[in-house]
Amino acid sequence: MFQIRIHGRGGQGVVTGAEMLSVAAFMEGRHAQAFPSFGSERTGAPVVAFCRIDDKEIRLREPIQDPDCLILQDPTLPRVVDVFSGLRPGGYLLVNTNKTFDDLHLRALADKLPPGHARIVPATELALKHVKRPAPNAALLGAFAALTGLVHFDSVKRAILQAFPGKVGEANSAAAQEAYDLVMVQERAATA
Amino acid sequence: MLKQMEGSHAVAEAIALCRPEVICAYPITPQTHIVEGVGELVKSGALENCEFINVESEFAALSVAIGASAAGARAYTATASQGLLFMAEAVYNAAGLGLPIVMTLGNRAIGAPINIWNDHSDAMSMRDAGWMQLFAENNQEAVDLHIIAFRLAEELSMPVMVCVDGFILTHAFERVDIPEQAQVDAFLPPYDPVQVLDPDNPASIGAMVGPEAFTEVRFLAHYKQRQALRLIPALSDDFAKIFGRASGGLLRAYRTEDAETIVVAMGSVVGTIKDVVDELRDEGQKIGVVTLVSYRPFPVEALRDILKTAKHVVVVEKSISVGLGGPLADNTDGVLRNLENRPRLHSAIAGLGGRPITRASLKRLFHDAAHAPWEGPFFLDLNERVVGREIHRVRKVRRSGSTAENILRQLALASHLPQE
Repeated sequence: MFQIRIHGRGGQGVVTGAEMLSVAAFMEGRHAQAFPSFGSERTGAPVVAFCRIDDKEIRLREPIQDPDCLILQDPTLPRVVDVFSGLRPGGYLLVNTNKTFDDLHLRALADKLPPGHARIVPATELALKHVKRPAPNAALLGAFAALTGLVHFDSVKRAILQAFPGKVGEANSAAAQEAYDLVMVQERAATA
Repeated sequence: MLKQMEGSHAVAEAIALCRPEVICAYPITPQTHIVEGVGELVKSGALENCEFINVESEFAALSVAIGASAAGARAYTATASQGLLFMAEAVYNAAGLGLPIVMTLGNRAIGAPINIWNDHSDAMSMRDAGWMQLFAENNQEAVDLHIIAFRLAEELSMPVMVCVDGFILTHAFERVDIPEQAQVDAFLPPYDPVQVLDPDNPASIGAMVGPEAFTEVRFLAHYKQRQALRLIPALSDDFAKIFGRASGGLLRAYRTEDAETIVVAMGSVVGTIKDVVDELRDEGQKIGVVTLVSYRPFPVEALRDILKTAKHVVVVEKSISVGLGGPLADNTDGVLRNLENRPRLHSAIAGLGGRPITRASLKRLFHDAAHAPWEGPFFLDLNERVVGREIHRVRKVRRSGSTAENILRQLALASHLPQE
């Protein structure tokens, strides 16, 4: 089982992101479970959503305490929430930022993970460029597909278009594509 | 058709497949998405011949459902928590009048203190109202139980409450097989009421009944639920034939064959418990779990058959009957009462007001049941330090204030202190 925990703020599409990821995995014939952290949602408040992916039925209902991948939609969250809690030693870290791990004081943490497992992606910038709204969730899913290879980008794209039919979906899909390409360039550079 | 979807929307689609004629519900978290879902299906025309009636409260919602059902319509409503309390009088009336309404309960805690998260307090508050109560383990079962519920309710002319864990199931995206309309039609015939208010043949229902007949009316209500103990497994078999999967039934046993410890639980927590059972089985422990699907009627004989050979029975439940302990543990105690070699009963209260129930805590609980048994209800993951301080404070100060606010203040202070 592969477990993903997404941290963000109300209004950033954190819950929708986890749901779309579960749909992408489902489209590949896998079992997936997505659920929110059940808070009193309001814009700007810290929000957590979870996604589990497995090849067999998922029965577990506890919140994800030891994620294989952490997606950080807002890099200011570590100041108020223990977002890195339980991240597995061999896990992945994806941070939405236009800064560097050094700028965010996350270099030590990123270096603890296996090489190439921690990536930054300017998902909000990409969302503003394509969607005209600061909702980084779709772009981060594109980056997730590139970083982990757990789901194909095509499935991510289809899941986005299913959740947002029409122009909004196309725009989110374009943001996801660019984020995917950005991370793939880093992946290729790392293996070259 | 297999779909990856939110539990609430899956339930809404299942309700539409059951062809209800009147839906009347008032939104309340965490049930809202279900009602919105059926509302959209009525508006879009996907659900035909159905009137969606907007009302001003839960009391009105169930009262309208009662009227619709008495007039011969298949009626549906949904609620949660305080919403169920607000309709409480009508809940008893629906059962007392013998009207086969189906209601979804998106299980949520009851205040004060106000809490929107999941536990089973709401279902327990109406367990004696005369409704049948079925609990879903996952969203597939939530879908299936609603289809079974309409048939069960209408065959016995008695209302059914389908309990679906709020947020944990209602807001979870997972794989659900949504049945075909033809399958549901084959399983669920059109509603043929045993009593109907018809202007052409005037009659009244809801008579005042005095001491001369009240006992008999109540006896027959109990008799009907006893009949349901046979009907529910039969409907589950019928369901399997048409839909190709097992669902519902009174209860389900998982790895209990040679088990020395058997856990009893209801709802979504059983999924987590099954994972723990597998882990402990791998470590060589003889443990299993019984999923109770039907809480009312309570399957005394069926449960006794499974539990009678165990050494330890651990009841994990999301409710507390204040002043007594766990109501499910109390009911299970009744099952074991007259056994010659009765297993030891261990009662655990868990997941109140949405507190996560983790594998780690369950493993410790099941270990302690066999090795360090306790008396009375055990509160899983209770913050003993906070409780101890509050008890101490209340003893010292007469005007000690509100417990809820005092505890929140304690937690806020503690969160700013360095971690131990």
